[in-house]
Amino acid sequence: MPPDAEAIAEQVFAALADPSRRSILAALAAGGPATATDLAARLPITRQAIAKHLALLAEAGLVTAEPGERRRVRYRLRSAPMRVAQQFLAALARDWDGPLSALKDHLGSTEPGERKESA
Amino acid sequence: MAFPDRIERTLELAHPPAAVWAALTTSEGLAAWFGNEAGIDLRPGGTAWMKWTDGAAAEMRVERVEEPAVFGFTWHIYGLPEDDPRRTYVEFTLEPDGPGTRLTVVESGFAQLPEDAYRKAYDGNSQGWVSELGELAAYLDAA
Repeated sequence: MPPDAEAIAEQVFAALADPSRRSILAALAAGGPATATDLAARLPITRQAIAKHLALLAEAGLVTAEPGERRRVRYRLRSAPMRVAQQFLAALARDWDGPLSALKDHLGSTEPGERKESA
Repeated sequence: MAFPDRIERTLELAHPPAAVWAALTTSEGLAAWFGNEAGIDLRPGGTAWMKWTDGAAAEMRVERVEEPAVFGFTWHIYGLPEDDPRRTYVEFTLEPDGPGTRLTVVESGFAQLPEDAYRKAYDGNSQGWVSELGELAAYLDAA
């Protein structure tokens, strides 16, 4: 784990906290690289606002700018920072408490024990 | 830092290790508390699976079988795409504790990250696809 994982995760979660930025990222994930104008046509967000969000997303490393047709800049989703944040989410999402209490119940129902609770 | 690599839980159970072992390592046991349906080929390298009534499914690769003390398997990391090769390792340790069992489960490997090589390969691949698809489009346009 590189030492900057925490900083990367912070930028990812900050970027994802905004619904407009989430919809921009979702549009890039679903439809591939797009220009600010393409995105403005597809999303209920003004072109100016999209340009601002794209600049922030580029700063966070979540999108990269690349030259497109007719000298217009296209933005491409960069998934690497998402993967860093995903490690954090994966650990939170793995819920062991539910299955383990089910195991306890299962053992209790098949073979009643005398032992007191001491966990 | 706030990035957990492992999840660890300990449970004191009023049943002997043999009973806990059966619950962890047999199809009947797994289907009773973990999944809704389960199957297991209990040997290192063997495959185990579970299905839930909501349509969810998990496939595990059995790694350690030391009856009745250690059972370990790897499985897919929750939230990653299905074909992602990275996995976490789950290990159950059973220790006799009076008439019962102290059961510890440790799931580790959450902090594994794509190496630079992986990222390069991934970014390279993404780039590769763009040019491949561009070529396909050009070919179709020409036809």
